Amino acid sequence: MAEIVLDRVTKRYPDGTEAVKQLDLDIGDGEFLILVGPSGCGKSTALRMIAGLEDISEGELRIGGEVVNDKAPKDRDIAMVFQNYALYPHMTVRDNMGFALKLAGVPKDEINRKVEEAAKILDLQQHLDRKPANLSGGQRQRVAMGRAIVRDPKAFLMDEPLSNLDAKLRVQMRTEVSRIQSRLGTTTVYVTHDQTEAMTLGDRVAVMRLGELQQVGTPKELYEDPVNLFVAGFIGSPAMNFFAARLEGDRVKLPIGELQLSDELRRRVESHGGGDGGRDVIAGLRPEDFEDAELVDRNRHQGGFEFDAKIDLVESMGSEIYAYFGHSGEGARSDQISELAADAGGADIPHADEQQVVARLNPDSRVARGETARLWLDATKLHLFDPQSGKSLTHSGE
Amino acid sequence: MSDGLRNRRILGWAATDALVLIVALFPVLWILMLSLKSPGTVTDGSFLPNEWSLENYSNIFEQGIFTRALLNSFGIAMIATVIAVVLASMAAYAIARLNFPGKAIMLGAALMIAMFPPISIVGPLYNMWRNLGLFDTWPGLIIPYLTFALPLAIYTLTAFFREIPWELEQAAQVDGATPFQAFRKVIVPLAAPGVATTAILVFIFCWNDFVFAVSLTSTSAAQTVPAALSQFPGASQFTAPYGSIAAAAVIVTIPIIILVMIFQRRIVAGLTAGAVKG
Repeated sequence: MAEIVLDRVTKRYPDGTEAVKQLDLDIGDGEFLILVGPSGCGKSTALRMIAGLEDISEGELRIGGEVVNDKAPKDRDIAMVFQNYALYPHMTVRDNMGFALKLAGVPKDEINRKVEEAAKILDLQQHLDRKPANLSGGQRQRVAMGRAIVRDPKAFLMDEPLSNLDAKLRVQMRTEVSRIQSRLGTTTVYVTHDQTEAMTLGDRVAVMRLGELQQVGTPKELYEDPVNLFVAGFIGSPAMNFFAARLEGDRVKLPIGELQLSDELRRRVESHGGGDGGRDVIAGLRPEDFEDAELVDRNRHQGGFEFDAKIDLVESMGSEIYAYFGHSGEGARSDQISELAADAGGADIPHADEQQVVARLNPDSRVARGETARLWLDATKLHLFDPQSGKSLTHSGE
Repeated sequence: MSDGLRNRRILGWAATDALVLIVALFPVLWILMLSLKSPGTVTDGSFLPNEWSLENYSNIFEQGIFTRALLNSFGIAMIATVIAVVLASMAAYAIARLNFPGKAIMLGAALMIAMFPPISIVGPLYNMWRNLGLFDTWPGLIIPYLTFALPLAIYTLTAFFREIPWELEQAAQVDGATPFQAFRKVIVPLAAPGVATTAILVFIFCWNDFVFAVSLTSTSAAQTVPAALSQFPGASQFTAPYGSIAAAAVIVTIPIIILVMIFQRRIVAGLTAGAVKG
């Protein structure tokens, strides 16, 4: 077990493109760190550099305090779980799991003991003598995990290990992975493009975009205090709603109305350069920061703002209601927003650019499709972003 | 579709299949029957032998010419196969794994050479081989076989190698294998079936060749079975050696039939490999 440190690690291909740019990451001993981002953001490349499957063009990689830039994968003592599992098709489950130990010259009895032990953790005992071809997707995935576990390596590297499973199994395996990791306490770097996995699994999450690290933090930090539009839009499902807005002094004009910044928010905005003369901004509000005005209790009501919205669509999930409504204002425009939309397949969905807002309401709400509802929004939860740079003006740090 | 229609369809196909089989196999059966006739009744014109006998078989094995030709056939085909598969494995590995300029041209050229009509190079080769002293020697046949077997092997092996998930090699490296261990313990076992199939295809190609064998050899020093067949002596100078030829033809077919029966699935895979994925 060991900590992994990436010190300005860069991956540059011969044609000059940089897949990973000056990546700084400090992964603590026993930590579960998630690398998340849309496809092509460099997260897998970063992981493969840690594994030693890709050369590091610049910077330094240390595992357990030792610089490993020039070490072969086999000398790094790390285990990797591949997206397609990469099980050896000609070996039984037992041999697959014991392969690394066999190469390391571990005595046969001990290999057997360790394999049985791992099989027990993963509930694979009755499949040990089968070949991967005869296993289901979930079982293969568990064998891939088992292959990593038996070695008791310094670190686990996982490259989208759950993305080939169907939705239900993925949720099951997600808890399983989390349980195994906390039980073994092995440093783990986990790559995914699924923000739900990122939020639920990791101690900390590192969001990447175009080869650059955007923000590292606990899931809660990323969710509540994103540094820029990209992180704000990427983390959270349904995604944060964005509005083109105008900031004037301590008032923000949104297409749905005008509201007053709370003292806390005003202080933050000022520390980020303020908006004294009035400036265009992009405002962000999470779906759960809306509520049916009738159902908001009096105490909370103060910090909020009420408005009327014509509801286009209501999705009742049982435990909550998603209400969709439009607004007449201009759409929020930014490179980062269009990139997020493209990643989410937004370009393929008709009317994706219409100004749709999602509100997550209490299931007791009686909003109905086609009717005008009185909604309330929590102004203290407002996020403001600079439209050009995408940087948050309401981020708590510098 | 009603049951009646379906049955009619099945019957129709069965009849067509049977017809094709009969047309294809009738000559083989004819040769087999011919080989089982006694030398005296070979030309009696009946399909089934009037006198069943294995005399033709014992005759050809008594003549040194046939056993020697069998040895030549085996030796030459084996050596050509081994060389072709070893060289082609390396070439196919490079083509499947690496990106280098001229890769497509190389594969295209290999395919083109494999399609080249052998008869068009037999003439020049005959002259060259006589000048170089390769005429009527084993290398004299192995070299032209390689010219055709190599492209065939490269093409088939590339198709096989492309199907190997190379992530496995990386997985092995992360598991602690040296590049050589990863190759030997993970890649070789996965590539072996493809290599074996290619070897069989190449062997059959060499074994079946007649054009080169008959043109580039003259004595039992290097004559293979197909060439020797055409030069069997008759019992007397007035009898054509039909019985012996038939018996020898049946014998050379046996190894091929055995190979094909055992490796049928693999050979089909080899012939169609890459048909979809290219």
